[in-house]
Amino acid sequence: MASVVSLKNVNKFFGPAERPTTIALKDINLEIQPREFISLIGPSGCGKSTLLRTIGDLVEPSSGEVLVNGKPAHQARINREYGMVFQAPVLFEWRTVLKNVELPLEIMGVPKAERIRRGREMLRLVELQHFERHYPWQLSGGMQQRVAIARALAFRPELLLMDEPFGALDEITRERMNAELLRIWHETQTTVVFVTHSIPEAVFLSTRVVVMSARPGRITEIIPIDLPYPRNVETRESPRFFELVTLVREALRKSEEMREELELR
Amino acid sequence: MSRTSPLERYGPPIAVFFLVIALWELLVRAFNVQQFLLPAPTVIAEAFFRTTTNIFNSAAYTIRSAVFGFGLGAGAGILVALITARWTTVREGLMPFAIALNSVPIIAFAPIMNNWFGSTNPLSKIAIVAVITFFPMMINMVRGLTLVEPAKIELMRSYATTPLQVLIKVRIPNALPYLFNALKVCSTLSLIGAIVGEYFGGPRDSLGVYILQEAQLFRFDNAWAAIIISALLGIAFYLVIIGLERIAIPWHASIDKQ
Amino acid sequence: MRPSPALSLVLIILALLIAWELIKLIFNLDKRILPHLWEIAVAFSQPARRGGPPLFSVLFEAALYTLRGALLGFAIGALLGFILGTVFAHVSLLERSLVPYVIASQTVPILAIAPMVVIWLRGSWLSVPVIAAYLTFFPVTINTLRGMRSPDPRAVELMRSYAASTWQTLWKLRFPAALPAIFTAFKIAATSSVVGAIIAELPAGIQQGLGGAILNFNQYYITGPERLWAAILMAALVGILLFVAVSLVERVALRNIVRAA
Repeated sequence: MASVVSLKNVNKFFGPAERPTTIALKDINLEIQPREFISLIGPSGCGKSTLLRTIGDLVEPSSGEVLVNGKPAHQARINREYGMVFQAPVLFEWRTVLKNVELPLEIMGVPKAERIRRGREMLRLVELQHFERHYPWQLSGGMQQRVAIARALAFRPELLLMDEPFGALDEITRERMNAELLRIWHETQTTVVFVTHSIPEAVFLSTRVVVMSARPGRITEIIPIDLPYPRNVETRESPRFFELVTLVREALRKSEEMREELELR
Repeated sequence: MSRTSPLERYGPPIAVFFLVIALWELLVRAFNVQQFLLPAPTVIAEAFFRTTTNIFNSAAYTIRSAVFGFGLGAGAGILVALITARWTTVREGLMPFAIALNSVPIIAFAPIMNNWFGSTNPLSKIAIVAVITFFPMMINMVRGLTLVEPAKIELMRSYATTPLQVLIKVRIPNALPYLFNALKVCSTLSLIGAIVGEYFGGPRDSLGVYILQEAQLFRFDNAWAAIIISALLGIAFYLVIIGLERIAIPWHASIDKQ
Repeated sequence: MRPSPALSLVLIILALLIAWELIKLIFNLDKRILPHLWEIAVAFSQPARRGGPPLFSVLFEAALYTLRGALLGFAIGALLGFILGTVFAHVSLLERSLVPYVIASQTVPILAIAPMVVIWLRGSWLSVPVIAAYLTFFPVTINTLRGMRSPDPRAVELMRSYAASTWQTLWKLRFPAALPAIFTAFKIAATSSVVGAIIAELPAGIQQGLGGAILNFNQYYITGPERLWAAILMAALVGILLFVAVSLVERVALRNIVRAA
């Protein structure tokens, strides 16, 4: 089966091409299959957000090839083949919850009745159907982020790009949102690329965890997660979960040490 | 967020109002203050009912200048802002200049307008009001159209939107609170502009000329009645804008917090 | 390369001057509508009255006179505004009962009251700074109030944890936090104080200032429009100068504060 996302020798520099001041991404190669849930994890400044943005064609790579559904990322963006969720909910404060979810449909010219129907369906999916007339500032942070997820899924993209969407939430809300996201992922059959710096979150959610290191931003290890489905509270307490968390933690530490050695030399 | 009850919110200012009026009346009577200094509220009220027609005729003229000038100036300000917000280089070159011009006492140009259009021609007042209201509106609108959260632009980019869609769906709604702030400022400026224009020469039936003449003829009770009316006009104009704001941008959180 | 703000300002002013002459040329405008720029320039060097000093020195004196009124008004208004804003920030009942009137005071067309202020002060020069102060105090009050309320609630809690007095919290936290907003108000107030000083001279019948000069040259517009234009340009210059001066002070005062926006 064709990859949903295919990254070949992707590099991203900032500053002048001949003497770049920062190497944000170095020699990134990654294939993401349909229905996968990929987490990008690494220390701050490892370029995981930049990598996510190159997939979404919000950042252009300095060199290399980014394909989404077999097409260049730019074409995929023009075709609106992915939905994006940011760390902040980025809701439009002048729109009600329902109107916020309808935004992408409006831009794509979906007729009004269909827009409302789909918007309500998405709000049911994130269990906010009773809040459609509320304005964003009347909702809590976790609820706002659920609206953002509903908005990203409203036009049924095959690919969902999420940039630390639960980073600003408290641990309890975050765990609930994790379970919620898995259920949505399961129901919608979407492929997800998920940026996080929480190890348990990455392990709980993913089919594969991509470990990155900073300066330059590289992929140092890819860890498959073989936890059974459905994943729930018991999953988090299972021995295998702890093993995998430890595995990811060690991979992160190893990549850190490697970098320090490189810097000392 | 603590919500204040209507009594807590409107009670104190209303109490202050009656207190001040009562104190004013009392002090003027107790100390036998001469009328040219300050007539008592009852005397002013009496003068108002005696000269209602005069005052209303004058007020009608002044309001007309203020409203037409306001529409023209604010409209032009919005239009120019929409055009310049589109081109970054034009805007960045123009903004310091607009801000500098905004610090010019534009009221000083009122006599020029009187000379251009003739001091009894309403156009002279409309023109000065338009110039005075133009700059605050333009500057505020440019800010509103450009000070958009970058993530919102990025989100729109992820939907592969056209610049026009970004303008309609993000920039203009984002600018609405700025628009209403500018409208509030302009509502006050437009009345000041119209009255100052009249000071440099205007028809007898206009608030500026009327107040000045009555004061010169030592009819202070009449002058004060007209002053109170122009004050009420200013407040009414401002309240109309606030009312429109509540209807137009109910989502604006600061409205609820006020 | 982007041109520097100073350069683009010069370019725009040049463009405006050229546009002035072009408009005059294309529409064949009479001197009474729009005099030539050089006519205004020449007028500056010629005596305003037969045998009197050149117009420039007359207007310069007038500008100084108006500036004095504006500055004193600015100082009074700024101080009053700062005190009011600080009091309102601390006493909620006063804020709720008086702020509506502070706002209402500005919706009152100031010139309507100006004649009365002149009468109260018996036609003295003081009516100029008083009216300038009336226009100045408002933005300062509102922005001081907002600025004093702006610190992070956690920072206020930190001060509480030190058992800091209200005064200490005011000077060490609220005042520095309010400074950017206060300077924004000062910049608005700088212009307002000049506007106030000019319009205060009108009903007071004061001849020595720019307002008087404008009123005076307005009467001779038919024979010498360039003199009225010169007076107005001088008024514009005073406004811009005061604004620039406040902006420079702001830059020095806030040099260590990272601008939020």
